[in-house]
Amino acid sequence: MAHDIQEKVDAVSGVTTTGHSWDNIEELNNPLPRWWLWTFYFTIVWAIAYCIAYPAWPLVSSYTKGVLGWQSRDAVEVELAALKDLRSGMTAKLAASSLDEIKQDPEMFAFARAQGKAAFGDNCAPCHGAGGGGAKGYPNLNDDDWLWGGSLEQIQQTIRFGVRSTSDEGHSGSMPAFGRDGMLKREEISQVADYVRSLSGLPTDKGADLAAGEKIFADNCAACHGTTGQGMQEMGAPNLTDKIWLFGSDKAVIVEGINNGRGGVMPTWQGRLDDTTIKALTLYVHSLGGGQNP
Amino acid sequence: MADAPVSPSLTNSGPEDAPLYAPRKQIYPQAVKGRFRTIKWVVLAVTLGIYYLLPFLRWDRGPHAPDQAILVDLAQGRFYFFFIEIWPQEVYYFTGLLVLAALVLFLMNAVAGRVWCGYLCPQTVWTDLFYAVERWIEGDRRDRMRKDREKLTLKTAAQKSLKHFIWLMIAWWTGGAWVLYFADAPTLVRELATFQAPMIAYVWIGILTFTTYTLAGFMREQVCTYMCPWPRIQAALTDEYALNVTYRYDRGEPRGSMKKNEAMRLQGQPAGDCIDCYQCVNVCPTGVDIRKGLQLDCIQCGLCIDACNTVMEKINRPLNLIAYDTEMNVKARIEGRSETRHIVRPRTIFYAAIIALVGATMIGSLAMRRTVYLSVMHDRNPLYVHLSDGSIRNGFTVRVANKNLDERSYALTVEGLSGAKLDIVGGEIDQQGQVVVKVGPDQTLEARVLVSSQGSDVPPSTDIHFTLTDLATGDTARMSDYFKAP
Ligand code: SF4
Ligand code: SF4
Repeated sequence: MAHDIQEKVDAVSGVTTTGHSWDNIEELNNPLPRWWLWTFYFTIVWAIAYCIAYPAWPLVSSYTKGVLGWQSRDAVEVELAALKDLRSGMTAKLAASSLDEIKQDPEMFAFARAQGKAAFGDNCAPCHGAGGGGAKGYPNLNDDDWLWGGSLEQIQQTIRFGVRSTSDEGHSGSMPAFGRDGMLKREEISQVADYVRSLSGLPTDKGADLAAGEKIFADNCAACHGTTGQGMQEMGAPNLTDKIWLFGSDKAVIVEGINNGRGGVMPTWQGRLDDTTIKALTLYVHSLGGGQNP
Repeated sequence: MADAPVSPSLTNSGPEDAPLYAPRKQIYPQAVKGRFRTIKWVVLAVTLGIYYLLPFLRWDRGPHAPDQAILVDLAQGRFYFFFIEIWPQEVYYFTGLLVLAALVLFLMNAVAGRVWCGYLCPQTVWTDLFYAVERWIEGDRRDRMRKDREKLTLKTAAQKSLKHFIWLMIAWWTGGAWVLYFADAPTLVRELATFQAPMIAYVWIGILTFTTYTLAGFMREQVCTYMCPWPRIQAALTDEYALNVTYRYDRGEPRGSMKKNEAMRLQGQPAGDCIDCYQCVNVCPTGVDIRKGLQLDCIQCGLCIDACNTVMEKINRPLNLIAYDTEMNVKARIEGRSETRHIVRPRTIFYAAIIALVGATMIGSLAMRRTVYLSVMHDRNPLYVHLSDGSIRNGFTVRVANKNLDERSYALTVEGLSGAKLDIVGGEIDQQGQVVVKVGPDQTLEARVLVSSQGSDVPPSTDIHFTLTDLATGDTARMSDYFKAP
């Protein structure tokens, strides 16, 4: 190795030098500690063995698989199976119990809420928000206002079959497009919009003809929203007297709604989620704070 | 190593034939009798006895908690230490214990150097035990040296195998005792014996068997000299007032053979008490020649004192040529001043005071520990909710831990928001409209608590305070949070 370098011995220590010199500071040619060398050799052997045994090298469109046939997917599957096994006792209990029974049992309730929370994050959060806070057109599930009912059974029904969904059992009924379909004139829409705002105590435009609005409401809207505007859950017609507005309470937004109609869609989850998960989701949504007790 | 300033590998001229590393010199400590050896036997018996038997000590905690005096229950997240029960959120007690342990070590060091190393350190204790086994089977220093030098006979091979077997048994039982601290000891012993114990128990026994066997059987003094950081740290903490195993060179030098020294003494010439018999070196478990002064390798075990005293007795000279003494005293004697004891000095007072302070704080906080624990977490998404009547509502996750041994009911109230209404999911509202949670013995309950304002006229952020009251004792726990509004 160091044949062409002149052997030089350091005077102080009596050790040969490697011939490298930096600012006259020379490197002694001391042997490496044995344990250090063995560790080093061992890591090399280990690395080679690892490359042979496990997936290691990227190829153009795939990778070396390794002789052990190990896959991260398999490992995950094993873990998932173990997790399922761990929870199977509770899951079976959930499956066998009614919603009310689960709610009465603190342990089952806690488990259902935790499971429901996870399922909510996976399936419902895209529309209703991570904490069920909702968005314009997507109901807030934390509040006490329910278009289709807020009892455990009603929530479960809605989750199962959806709203204006592909299921025959889903909720149906939507708000007609009064303006677009020529049922009401622009003027009338403005009047009824003012009247609707007055129902929940919102200020109305100056000189608004509330009496005219009331008449239009009685003729066109009361069938669904009720004579006093208190809404009707069988039709999913919102309560217009409360402070919660799914699409917003600005007059322009209300006018737009009367003009073009409204009708959001929620998919049917029956078949996509198993029964226990739907139960857990129901209890979770109910426990967000708005759940009604019969 | 002290007498080899330049190791052979360094003087080698070429890298090709050089050994890669100076090999360890085998140390054959000789058996010794005396005061410090006796103390070490007693300490060994007491510490090992505690370690091996403590898991079997029972402690009645009623039907809801395990009856083991010391138990680390990882599954339930509890640590039991006699009458003390520590929950995961109280791990700071362990921090306190560690701080206390460090301070005690400092104090020990200030008073008497590395006494910890010489008497109490597990590495010392187990190595001592392993040496005892070795000596019992293979004989003392000379026998062992001879056996290692000569060709291996059937007899020595058998002796060596027996030694390793006993070592392994001790190591195995060391690991076995360790896992007993993590589960009900009698049950686990039964499970271990019938191969029904959880895998992790066997794995830990395996690990501790291996480490005990290697560290006490083979690494021995190398752990103290090369691997342990304490000798280096303590060297910086010690001072000339600390008691250390000291060769009183003022009395021992000039050394010489017994005859020569006696002759010199008769002629009235200066002669030391040390007869250069090397007994102190032969008995030393780390191979130190204490006569060269205080050294990094010396673990302060005092065995050289015992050895030298035996010699002094035989040659009829005063005892304690080697003794626990301070550098200051040796100097004082040389200079003809009188010796002084300096155990009480600023450093030791300081350490003792901090120890008292930390200890008192811990005992105080243990004594005043609440039996109920409350934690409140504000919902992050959504921060607030409009209700149909226009009021604002905030959601909180409330956790109540009941550390009592019976079921308790707690009332939860909130202050800071006028007219606030409290509701709970997973709890109940009693007749007076109070929110009440029932928590089982030694359990935690998590509930969703909803606080709503009266009307929509609320500032964007208001400080609110939750109070939890034990309906049985009136004990309270408080927790502050915020009420958010648009
Ligand atoms: S020099 Fe003495 S005190 Fe120090 S380790 Fe050796 S025998 Fe023990
Ligand atoms: S045992 Fe005592 S007398 Fe013998 S060499 Fe050591 S110090 Fe000197």
